[in-house]
Parts: sequence; C-alpha cells; structure tokens
Amino acid sequence: MSENRIAVAKTYKLYIGGKFPRSESARSYPVTDSKGAFLANAAQGSRKDARDAVSAARKAFAGWSGATAYNRGQVLYRVAEVLEGRREQFAAEVSAAEGIGVKKAQALVDAAIDRWVWYAGWTDKIAAVLGSSNPVAGPYFSFSTPEPTGVVAVLAPQRSSLLGLVSVVAPVIASGNTAVVVTSEDRPLPAITLSEVLATSDLPGGVVNLLTGRTAEIAPWLASHADVNALDLTGAPDALRADLERSAAGTVKRVLRTRAGEDFTAEPDTSRLRAYLETKTVWHPTGV
Amino acid sequence: MSQLWEYAPAPESRDIANLKPAYKMFVDGEFVEGSGEPLKTINPGTEEVLAEVSTASPSDVDTAVKVARRAYDRVWGKMPGTERAKYIYRIARLIQERSRELAVLESLDNGKPIKESRDVDVPTAAAHFFYHAGWADKLSYAGYGPDPRPLGVAGQVIPWNFPLLMAAWKIAPALATGNTVVLKPAETTPLTALVLAEIIQQADLPPGVVNILPGAGDTGAALVGHADVDKVAFTGSTEVGKLIQSQLAGTGKKLTLELGGKAANIVFDDAPVDQAVEGIVNGIFFNQGHVCCAGSRLLLQESIAEEFLEKLRIRVSTLRVGDPLDKNTDVGAINSREQLTKIQELAAAGEAEGAERWTSACPLPDKGFYFAPTVFSGVSQAMRIAREEIFGPVLSVLTFRTPDEAVAKANNTPYGLSAGIWTDKGSRILWAAQKMRAGVVWANTFNRFDPTAPFGGYQESGFGREGGRAGLEAYLDV
Repeated sequence: MSENRIAVAKTYKLYIGGKFPRSESARSYPVTDSKGAFLANAAQGSRKDARDAVSAARKAFAGWSGATAYNRGQVLYRVAEVLEGRREQFAAEVSAAEGIGVKKAQALVDAAIDRWVWYAGWTDKIAAVLGSSNPVAGPYFSFSTPEPTGVVAVLAPQRSSLLGLVSVVAPVIASGNTAVVVTSEDRPLPAITLSEVLATSDLPGGVVNLLTGRTAEIAPWLASHADVNALDLTGAPDALRADLERSAAGTVKRVLRTRAGEDFTAEPDTSRLRAYLETKTVWHPTGV
Repeated sequence: MSQLWEYAPAPESRDIANLKPAYKMFVDGEFVEGSGEPLKTINPGTEEVLAEVSTASPSDVDTAVKVARRAYDRVWGKMPGTERAKYIYRIARLIQERSRELAVLESLDNGKPIKESRDVDVPTAAAHFFYHAGWADKLSYAGYGPDPRPLGVAGQVIPWNFPLLMAAWKIAPALATGNTVVLKPAETTPLTALVLAEIIQQADLPPGVVNILPGAGDTGAALVGHADVDKVAFTGSTEVGKLIQSQLAGTGKKLTLELGGKAANIVFDDAPVDQAVEGIVNGIFFNQGHVCCAGSRLLLQESIAEEFLEKLRIRVSTLRVGDPLDKNTDVGAINSREQLTKIQELAAAGEAEGAERWTSACPLPDKGFYFAPTVFSGVSQAMRIAREEIFGPVLSVLTFRTPDEAVAKANNTPYGLSAGIWTDKGSRILWAAQKMRAGVVWANTFNRFDPTAPFGGYQESGFGREGGRAGLEAYLDV
C-alpha cells in the first residue's frame, strides 16, 4: 500500500431485511470518537424505517422460528467464525467508539465472539432445559415446550457498542425470534459493521434489523407498534422508560426491564433467553 | 331432535354450604370488618341475596400490605422450605376435607353446576396446593440457579369464573416460593376465598402470610398500585390487564397476566365425529362458557361442516340448563346480570351482522340469569362474534378448506391462550400444534387443567405461566 494512498471511506447505512438502505428520511448524523473527532456519518433512522424493519422481521419470523435448532445453532456459530476473521477491524472500531485502548477493545471483541458461540450452543438445548413432560393426573400425555415470542424490539446498550450489542441480540435470535435493534446512538459504527458480518453468515435477511439514529425518536414507535411482541429497554433513556412501558401495555408486550449498569463482560445466564420465550403446553389423550 | 329423558330433580343440599349472613375480610390472621362499603353477594341462579360481605378501602389495602410485608420479613421469607411445605400441604388436605362445603358454596355464589364445582374446581384447587407444597423445599432444582429468591409481597387479583380455583392458582405458587400474599377475590364471588381464609386459619399459617380483601375494581387498583407490593398477578379481561400493565409502567414490579381468549377449535375431516362433538360442547359450554380458554370459535373443514353441525345441534339440545345445585344440570347460571347483558348484546350483534343463529329450545328457569346454549353458523372472521370474547355459552362456527387455511384463521386474533385440534392423524396434530400461536393446545380433548401443566397465553392473552416448573418463575426474582 502506498504511503500516499487515500483510504476508501465507508458509508454507514441501516440494515433492514438483509439489505443496507439509507434512511428513507435521507437524514444522517455525525458520529465522533470519544475525543470529538469525526468518524463518519450514520443514517438517522425514522419512524418509517422502523416500520419497514418490523415488517422485515415479521416476514422472516416464520422461516427462522421454523428452522431446526441445529440449523440456527450453526448460523450463530458461523457469525462467530466470520467475526473472528475480522477481529482487528472490530478492535479498531470499538477502540474509536468507546475511547479505550486497542488491547482492551480486543478483549471486548473476543468476548463478543465467544458470546455468539455460547448462544449458538443454546439453540438446541433450551427446549430440553426449559421444557417439560407434565405428569398430569389423568389419561393424557402432556408436554410443554418453549417457543419464540415473535418480533422483539431491542434498544441496545448505549455504552457497550459491540459486546453489549451482541449480548442483547444473540439471545433474541437464538431461540427463533426476529429482532429490530436500535443501536447505541453515539457509538453505532461497530453495530453497522456487525451487520456486514450477519449478512455474510447465512443469517436469513430480516432476522436481525439494525437501525441507527436517535433512540428517543425511534423507540416510542417500536413500543407502540402492534406487530412487535416484546421490547428490551436496556438502552432506553431513563426519562423515557416508563412511557415506553406504558406504550407497550397497549398490546400486552413482554418488556425486559434490565437493571441499570449490566456488566456485559460477566458470564450470562438464561434470563435473556427466557425473556422472549412462551411456554406452549400440548395435551393428548392416551388409550387404545 | 332426540327425545329428552325426564329427570327427577336431584338437588344437592344447600345447607352443606354453611352459609353465613355476613363475611368479613381476612387480615393478619383475623377476620375483621373492612372500612369499604359492604357488598351483597347474590345467587345468580335465583337472584336472592346470599350474604353481606365487608370490603376493603384503600387504607385497608395499605394495612394488609404492611402486614404482609412484616410477615415476609419476620417469618415467611426466611422460613426453611421444608417448613413452608408442611403448611401448604395442610391447606391442601383441609380443602379436601371441606370439599363438599366448598363445592356447594361455589355453586351458590357463582352459578356453576354442582357437578363441575364438585368434580373440577375444588379437587383441582386442592391439587394445586398439594403440588406446589412439594416445590417449597426443591426450588434449587427448578432451573433458576442454586438459590432462587422470592420477590416479597404479592398483590393478586382474580376473576369470578373459577373463584376458589383461581385463588389456589395464585396463592399456592406464591407461598411455595416464599412470598406473602394480599389477594382480592372478584366482587361477585367472594365467598369461597373467605372460606379458604378459614382453612388457612385452621392450618395455622403464620398471621399476615395470606390476606384476603374483598372489593370491587377500585380495591384491586389500590392493591396493584400499592408502592410496597413487589409482584402483581392478575387474571381477568385483556382490557383491565392492559390498564394494570400501564399502571405498573416504570415501577419495576414484576407482573404476570392471565387474560382473555378467543380460542379456535379446529375439526379436520378425519376427526372422530362423536368424540369431537363432545369435546366442542365441553369446550364452549363448560362453566357456561365463562372460561378464558373456551373454544369459542369452531373451525370446521368444509366437507364435513353440515353433517357435523347437525350432530352438534342435537347434542347441544340435550344440555340441561338450570338450577346450579341440581346434580343433573349441565349448564348453570350466568354469573351476573351485567355479564348476561353483555352476552345478549354480542349475540344480537351476531344476528345483526348476518350470522345464522340457532339456540337450544331447552326450558330456562323463571328467575336467575340464564342464557340458552347458542350456536352461530355462517360466521365470517370480521364479525364481532368471531373477534370479541363473549365469555358465555355462545359458539361461532367458521369453515376452512385446507390445513393452512385452518391455521391462518385460528391464529387470526390478537389473543393466544388456547386452541383445539381434532383429527385422527398424528403427524397433523403435531404439525398443527406447532403452528398454533397459543399457550395451551388440546388435541382430541379440551379444557384439561392440571397443576403440573403450565398454563398461560401468547400475545394479548397475557404473559407468565401458572403451573408446572415454568409457573414458579412468576414468583421468583430470576
């Protein structure tokens, strides 16, 4: 590479239905590093972008939830593989976004890769761990299985730009839900680069949709959208949380109200998986 | 139409109910007068007043929550599970011992047939306590970590359709997991919950662990909105469930909701017809159709629709509607005048929107709230009787041609509590059960309940489960 070569700068766009559109509003906003230096312009997602993302997520739900758990596990593992190959790029982006040294950023990227592997392994074990055979008092065979809730709107953590994002998105899709994610508002670039990884990991288009922009602008539309089944408030601004919960009540959404200051470097448990699962109980008579 | 056999009346004795002229609320282990306006609970089968019941004012709610908090902090929250278990087992046994009294009282207060309160409600209530008692010292095996903790004080509001059973569904898991309880029974059916309070007293449960406060919606609102309640559990309409979810926004209280439904019962052309007819009848006319998971939409495969409907009408016309205390009664009284009016209004809407109405010609008592079993055919998906929960003995019949169409129609509702599938083909059962967006799927059966089997809804039928290992999560800080 010539010393004088001018780098090709990337246009950061949204990720909806497996494609990378600009915001339909044609708006963008400047993203800077922790010291205020310009990094790039990010698309400023709108209400209509959110609506398109929900439609894409709904469209993808039947296929993704109907895929075998083995298949979903392989796709999630594939995400980890592809991410591994781009460790340096992500370390640089996380370092710039979060204002930390490259070495520290590298550790966060590694943890994010490992998190995909962790959730990949869960896809075909959730039903065995959370499901049951029910010894009912009568001549019936009864069993219960966990099933995905549907379309989950995720307000990603504002500070942890990659590890936090992966930690909230992977459990949503591991069990067969589809996701509409509003990324960190000020640190959105690792998320958009992650969408390039998702797009090349055999993850069907629409399973994960990423919107960059103003969380406070987009979140209320998702909270009140009738085709959204669950809402993760992790990255919601404090002032908005109660309002978003109230909106979610309009269609009885499941709301994950994560405690403030979740440490994403800690080993996760099953709580984020359980948050977006419905238990279905099936009965059938026994007899000759 | 087939000829009805004449039956001699076979009434259960109402003396067994031990009915008292007045009932008081239960707080801190004592029966005390509430400071709310007393209510009169009536027998919906005859419209006579059964008893006067004291109700809780907001200050009574406050007192009860404080008492429950103290009982949680000082006694129940730190009691070893092995000891909690024994108290809960005692409650189960006492319910069994007083089962006939509870059954008769339930039928008097609620209007449901004695054979149902006797054979379903009361035994299942006892079973719920017995089942959950065993969990109290085994929570570390429940899959929520090595030492899952209770939440604290649970505020619980229950409906009038299964008054004692719903109290059991709420109280048993709360106690097993180490929480204390303030429960509000429904305004029209407070009596069996207050006899349960007597049983709790007889079981010598530490004072304040369970408190029972009769009252109307405002008492419930004061309870779920109380700042010192950690957990809210509500069973009732989707409309009120949304209000509660909204009221609790931003409070951090854990919430579970068991709401309405509009379940589809799908009959494929290879279904065993007589068995399916029985199941459809049970699905919608059990408990006068006052069941959130009632099979209120019948989806018939077009090729068998006519023949099936004919058999269904013949079977429905043999249902005996009347005195809830008569052991031969199949369909009892509608729980309240208000509910009867709502059913009449929706049935009228069905006619107005062009569905074909058939109503059983069965005789109805002169007094009391009764509604003859009714089947609407020619129903389209846009009609109110196909979309709204009627909560009465009214069945809406639609048809389909292909399995995919059946699934699409079954899932075409904001609710998602239950579904029924009738076919002889095993692979089709499993396929359809997987496609249903509903929390309970009954195949070649309907309306089965058991404490070991998790129950609860998808979508606007609520969230959280009751029963089974899954049901414990609602009362644990996990």
